[in-house]
This record gives sequence, C-alpha cells and structure tokens, in this order.
Amino acid sequence: MGGLIAAAGWAPPAMDWHALAPEVILAAGICVLILVDVVLLERGKAFASAISGLVLLAAVVPLLTLAVSDDTSRSLFGGAYVVDRSALLLKALFIISGYVTVLLSTNYVAEGEYWESEYYTLLLSSVLGMSVISSSRDLIGIFIAFELLSIPSYMIAAWRKRDTRSQEAGFKYFLMGVFATSVLLYGMSLLYGASGSTLLSKIGETVESGRATPAVGLAILFVLIGFGFKISAVPFHSWAPDTYEGAPTPVTAFLSVASKSAGFVAILNFVFYCFIQNSSATDVVVPVVFVLSALSMTVGNLIALKQDNVVRMLAYSGIGQAGFILAPLVVAHDRLSDALPSIVVYLVIYSAMNLGAFGVVIAAARKTRSAEISSMNGMLQWAPGLTVLMSVFMASLIGIPPIGGWYAKFSVWRSLLQGATGWSYALAVLIAINTAIAAAYYLRVTKAMWFEEANDGDVTPVDVPPSLRLALAITVVATLLFGIVPSLLTDAAAVPLALGH
Amino acid sequence: MLINQFLLLAAILFCIGVYGVLVRRNGVLVLMSIELILNAVNINLVAFGTQHDISGQVFALFVIAVAAAEVGVGLAMVLLLYRTRRSINIDELDELKG
Repeated sequence: MGGLIAAAGWAPPAMDWHALAPEVILAAGICVLILVDVVLLERGKAFASAISGLVLLAAVVPLLTLAVSDDTSRSLFGGAYVVDRSALLLKALFIISGYVTVLLSTNYVAEGEYWESEYYTLLLSSVLGMSVISSSRDLIGIFIAFELLSIPSYMIAAWRKRDTRSQEAGFKYFLMGVFATSVLLYGMSLLYGASGSTLLSKIGETVESGRATPAVGLAILFVLIGFGFKISAVPFHSWAPDTYEGAPTPVTAFLSVASKSAGFVAILNFVFYCFIQNSSATDVVVPVVFVLSALSMTVGNLIALKQDNVVRMLAYSGIGQAGFILAPLVVAHDRLSDALPSIVVYLVIYSAMNLGAFGVVIAAARKTRSAEISSMNGMLQWAPGLTVLMSVFMASLIGIPPIGGWYAKFSVWRSLLQGATGWSYALAVLIAINTAIAAAYYLRVTKAMWFEEANDGDVTPVDVPPSLRLALAITVVATLLFGIVPSLLTDAAAVPLALGH
Repeated sequence: MLINQFLLLAAILFCIGVYGVLVRRNGVLVLMSIELILNAVNINLVAFGTQHDISGQVFALFVIAVAAAEVGVGLAMVLLLYRTRRSINIDELDELKG
C-alpha cells in the first residue's frame, strides 16, 4: 500500500493538528456518545446530555489557545481550510450555541419520550458541520459541511415522531432544505466550470478576470438562493414558521440561531472570499441581496405583528432579523472592513438574545404547556425572574441601549450609512422603519407578562431546572455584556489581514 | 470534445427537476425530482471536469454519496408520514398554517 502511494507521487499534506483540534474533539465526542449508547444501552441515556455538554466545552479550549497563539491565520490543505480570527469567533459562536441548546434540551428530552443518545449525537454532528463551514474556503468543503449540519437538523426537527405536527415540521424542512441544496449545487457546478477550480480564492481570481460572466452571474444567483433558504430570507421563508412551531422547542432554538448563522457564514465565505473583488459579480450580488434583505425585514416584521404564538412570532422576527443581517452585504464591495465585522457582531448578539428568549419560552411552557402569548399572561406573578429576563431579551431584540441588540443594529446601520450608495441609504431607512414596527410585537409580549392578570388566577410558581437556569444565565450575561462593552466583540470580529487590501 | 451537449442535457434535467418539485404533490415523486436536479449537477461537474482538473469528478462522487444519505433520511420521513396518515400527498400537510 505504502509503495503504491509513493509510486503515484503522492505525499501526505502537512497537518496542523492544533488548528483542527476543535473539530477533532467534536468528532471524537460523537464517537464516544455512540459507543456509550451501544455499550451501556438504557443506562447510557443518563450520561448523554452531560457527555455532549463536556465535549462542547472541551472544544472551546483549543479555540482559546488558537486565539492567543501568534499564528493568527492558519491555512491548511492548500488554502481549502483557513482558521483565522473571524473563523475562530464563529466557531466559538456555534459551539457555545450548541452548548446552550444542550442545556435547553436536557430536561425537555429526558422528560418526553425521546431517543436521548441519538438526539445528542445528531446535535453534535450538526455543530461539527457548522464548525467546519466557518473555515471552509472550498466548494467541496462548504458543500459537505453544509450537508453535515443540515441532515441531522432535518431529523431532530421531526424528533417527536408520533406527533403529526412534528412530522410535518420535519418533512417541510427536509423538502425545502434538500431542494435548496440542489439548486445551490447547480450554482456551484457552474462556478467550477467557469473557473476550473473548487477553491474560492481561485474562483475569485477567474471571476475577476471577467471570463464567462453570464454563467457566473447565474451561478451567483443560484448560490444566494440556495443559502437564502437556510437563512429563511423572504421569499424562501415559507418553511420557517411551520417548522419552528412543530419542532421540539429546543430544536427550534437551535435552528433559528445556529443553523441560520451557518447559512450566513456560508454566504459570507462566498461573498467575501470569492465574489467581492470583482465589480461585475458585485453587480449581481448587490441587487439580489438588496431584494432579499428589504423583503425579509418588511414581510417578516409585518406578519410577526399578527402572530398569537410566541414561537411563530419569534420565527417571523427571525426572518425580519435575517433582513437586517443581510443588509451590510450591499456595501461589502467598497466598505469591506465595516461590512464583515458588523455582520459577525450581529450574528453573535442575535444568537445570545434569541437563545435566551427561547429559553424563557421553554421554561414557561413547563407550567403552561403552551406557547401562546396569552399563556404568558401575568407571568410577573408566577415567575418574576423569568419575566425580567424575557423583558431584557425583548428589549434587546427591539434595540434599546445598553442591551446587546442596540449595538448590533447600530453597527449594521453605521456600515450602511458609511457605504453611501442609493441601495444602502434605502436599506438604512427600511431598517429604521422596521425597528419601529418590530417594537410593537415585542412589547406585546412584555405587556402580557407585566400587566395582564394570570389566567384563571393560577399563580403556582414554575419550576426551572438547573440546566435551564445556566442556559438563561449564559445568554443574559452575553446579551448585557456585548451591549455595554461592545469592544469585546468588535476586536475579535476585525477583518482578517488577508482581506484588508 | 464539445461539452455543450452535456451542459444542455444537464440544463434540461435541472428544469424538469425544478418543475417536478414545484408541481408534483406526491412525496416520493418530489424526492425523485430532486434527484434529477442532483444528476444534472453531476453531469455538469463531470463534463466540466474533462476541461479542467480531476476535482470536478471528485466533487461528483461526493454529491452522489451525500445524495444517498439525503434520500435515506427523506424516505424514512415519507414512511413515517405514511404510517400515521396513510397518504404521502404533501398538500395534506396542513396542520401548521402560517
């Protein structure tokens, strides 16, 4: 065997194991979970959540050592896999979101009749895919990572498999997701054909030289549509509210935060490492992104106004927020050093506040067994702590300083105004209007909690288990901290040197 | 060798596949339409691979493998739907309405 390989003139690539350590730990953790399930059978179920939590925390350690090491931009496999500062920040975002999701799931999954070990195995696989996609700079790598994060999430969306609503949620998500992936792949095949390489940087160079422009334009459109489904941008959002409502609520939190961020990261990789250098590609990207962004924020927020179910409301609010997050891409060509950090900062803060809001919904549903806004009536009387937390998250989602959300909105807005094009001014105005619309439905939840009477006068307090408390503590600290000291994030999200041309 | 024929075939398959996904209401037929799109992708990749390097064909292999995994999950879900509803018509999935 060795002789054959040597005869073929193949040499193994130099491996930087330190840079790969987070993924290696996650992959090893997935194997451990499967082994524990196989060896201990029923007894193993009790450890599944603890093991997956520990694995995720262990994966944060190499992220920290990589962040403080001197070599801040490591490139592996001929540039197909790059570990730089923004990739590290995004990996940290995914892994910690995964950890919070494990905390949110612990009691939910243990108390329902679910398949515990398999659930956590799939959840970790999805986090592994997200971690890989933040470093991938190659079509094949992005595709594999994207599928690795998507396929497990189809399954965990349908996890309550005897419940017809959960089945429906999973199947709708699956059909939309697979269709989007196939459109995306068609775009990727055209990009490969136009450039002759699967490396994003090589494709970027070919695109820059202006060859095969119509095919490349079509390819860019297909790629943006493909990822548009994942981030639930209007008009590709129809699956999101149904899937979010039908799926188990911790899974919904995971989908609306981590899975959506992964879609954004894939778009960022394409736009910043491939399309952005070239003005004719920008001519395609800017109008498409403008339409997606303007439609998402307007349609998402207007439909959210009419929702009576908190989870559906958060789904539409997530669609609206997706519009905000996309917006800086219209100025990406000229104002790269503003646009990229503002998107990354928004993703981090959005994840913290949204996970927190879902955490409160899960905690309250332990008593009410419902996610209707009316079920939260009078929460001040039966869960004052949760009421205050939910108010913090809602204020953050509205964008009231000094809570996280304001800085996210502010940095997006600033990068749009500094871009100073017709597109960016139009989006800045739309963001201002939509922020006002959004305040209405977030305040409706707050009003129900603070000022309504409890339903049937039932004020028995709600029992919040320790794992849920920890999840809420992590998210509320992150939400407040990044609002009060945003420089913590902006330093980490600064543009990598390789792009600062 | 001209690759136009292959690209044209792939484009036709892609259009048939998209049409099928949008029009067909049977869960299994929708999955088959998605497979058509993926096959269009594979034809594209292999055809382009003859002009460029080997990575197009490698990509096609990855697509085939992942498509198999996807269809595995998809058919399992179709089976699950059939067991509870005795129907795989996706128009009947209307319990959740937005």
